[in-house]
Amino acid sequence: MNRFLTTVAAFATIAAGTSAVAEISDDVVKIGILNDQSGVYADFGGKGSYEAAKMAVEDFGGNVSGAPVEVVTADHQNKADIASNIARQWYDTEQVDAIMELTTSSVALAVQALSDDMNKITVTTGAATTELTGAQCVPNGFHWAYDTHALAVGTGGALVEQGGKKWYFLTADYAFGYSLEEQTGKFAESKGGEVVGSVRHPLATNDYSSFLLQAQASGADVIGLANAGQDTQNAIKQAAEFGIVQSGQRLAALLFTLSEVHGLGLEAAQGLSLTESFYWDRTDETRAFGERFMERTGSMPNMVHAATYSAVTQYLKAIEAAGTDATEEVSAKMHEMPVDDLFANGASVGKNGRLYTDVYLMEVKSPEESEGPFDYYNVLATIPGEEAFISEADSGCSLVSN
Amino acid sequence: MSFAIFGIPIQAFLGQLLIGLINGSFYALLSLGLAVIFGLLRVINFAHGALYMLGAFAALLLSVYLGLGYWPALLLAPLVVGLTGALVERSMLSRLYGLDPLYGLLFTFGLALVIEGTFRYFFGASGQPYPQPSLLSGGVNLGFMYLPIYRGWVIVASFIVCMAVWLLIEKTKLGSYLRAATEDPILVQSFGVNVPLLLTLTYALGAGLAGFAGVLAAPIYQVSPLMGSNLIIIVFAVVVVGGMGSILGAIVTGYLLGIAEGLTKVFYPEASNIVIFVIMAIVLVLRPAGLFGKDV
Repeated sequence: MNRFLTTVAAFATIAAGTSAVAEISDDVVKIGILNDQSGVYADFGGKGSYEAAKMAVEDFGGNVSGAPVEVVTADHQNKADIASNIARQWYDTEQVDAIMELTTSSVALAVQALSDDMNKITVTTGAATTELTGAQCVPNGFHWAYDTHALAVGTGGALVEQGGKKWYFLTADYAFGYSLEEQTGKFAESKGGEVVGSVRHPLATNDYSSFLLQAQASGADVIGLANAGQDTQNAIKQAAEFGIVQSGQRLAALLFTLSEVHGLGLEAAQGLSLTESFYWDRTDETRAFGERFMERTGSMPNMVHAATYSAVTQYLKAIEAAGTDATEEVSAKMHEMPVDDLFANGASVGKNGRLYTDVYLMEVKSPEESEGPFDYYNVLATIPGEEAFISEADSGCSLVSN
Repeated sequence: MSFAIFGIPIQAFLGQLLIGLINGSFYALLSLGLAVIFGLLRVINFAHGALYMLGAFAALLLSVYLGLGYWPALLLAPLVVGLTGALVERSMLSRLYGLDPLYGLLFTFGLALVIEGTFRYFFGASGQPYPQPSLLSGGVNLGFMYLPIYRGWVIVASFIVCMAVWLLIEKTKLGSYLRAATEDPILVQSFGVNVPLLLTLTYALGAGLAGFAGVLAAPIYQVSPLMGSNLIIIVFAVVVVGGMGSILGAIVTGYLLGIAEGLTKVFYPEASNIVIFVIMAIVLVLRPAGLFGKDV
């Protein structure tokens, strides 16, 4: 009898012990950071995003609702099939609860759709396509940071107001380049600007001098670079060589972040206009974050890194508020709760999963203006989230009308 | 201006011709190295792009760690890369000479991936900028275009080096040893010539040429671990069009294809990255041995 009682008591103790985390599946919250860590976008997001996610977990205390939080990471090599395989394996055998970052649009769309099938949460911070919260939106997929529309509004719209009326585009010859060119051109025109010409160059072109000469001859005020990564870097570097900025034309990089400016150096990048949703040297809070990030990675964060920090924080807050890590409940809380942190100020999440946060039009400082490492930007304009991103109603997301 | 060629104003046409020549200068330097290595060693050197990248990085690191500027780097970096090439040839590549050429190709391809991966790990994918030498900064207005002085220097430097290498191989005693060693290594060895040393020197020369092109490219392109992988395939096409193993063919074809590519960028920019391969296909159909190759 005595033995029976002890056994019952023992079981009761075990049950009581686990009840604290009973609502957390597998007794652990696991977040996967999936992005490019070896290819052209390795500095754009890469290991920096993994570090930002770990910082968010540490700042949250390392636990949520009594369960430990872990961050795992993998390199998807910019291939949608590799990314899908990793995501499936994470969900099936490694108890991963949510996947974030997802640089490269093709990867983000594939993993978001897969996660929808498996009823998991994704937060994209590294990819640009508006489709994620448009025609291909899903109930538990979120899009933080930026998208092609915000870049177009920031650089296309706001730059016209700064006097850049006539535009000439240097466009990468694939879907991403076309959509950037089209959207930016549209905003430039809506503000009274004009597109005077464009030239399409193959992806991964080494030499832009030929295209730059054509752009120079066009008499445009602004040369819009509708490309990414190394293509943009080489174009900017060679524009400096051909004296394009010095002769009065303005260069606008449509997708370019602090990491790429750092790689290029101010000598070549000065005077460049670009749009980001984060700059480390904006408030005391962003500066403190920037310095901590710098200590861990040797580099200041760009918008992708800061957005990943913000996304992880919002996810953990939502779990705490819901008291469970069950997808529907957490997702509902993530939609419901405003986002107010070092990345986004009083921002809200739409039914389509879009985070409506401010974006900034930046101008890269000259080497003389810059007071130290990573002192790179002058903020020219702040574009409110509602203007920067497509409204819920116009997004084309089927979840909004319901 | 009423003067126009195919609807393109003559100024634009001349500008693009000159730009084509500049790119052709890089193609000529790189394809020359490949042709030398293939002609004398029968190795299809897929590591050539990585060696080019090493040249650019050598210049960058010499400047960061030793404070050496562009001019010393132009001399030292090719030596460093050539020495690296010699080490690779002695320790690894020389073991593959008796085998199917495919082994050499696979080995050099693997080597390129290892080198590029290592540099990406330490320096990141976005690379680093390398400043222009102050002596060559600025530009001149040629009337039809603004020519950065540095680009003019690239044409001159590449032309001088290409000619020097061609003369070395075709007109000097050392060159004749080299050519003889590829025809019949055993006979040449029996005359007391150290054939393995000659082959090592050849590979080092090819690698050094790639390194030289890398230093020349550093102030123009972003110095990044992937800078060579974009270029290597084009350069192979140049060698094939010129005729595998033909030294002069590689040089001339390098310049010609650079110009063809430059002009395509005006008439139909979307095709500028395939025009070289279209030409390669046509040449292979009409003259399988290449423009300057000897019929087999």
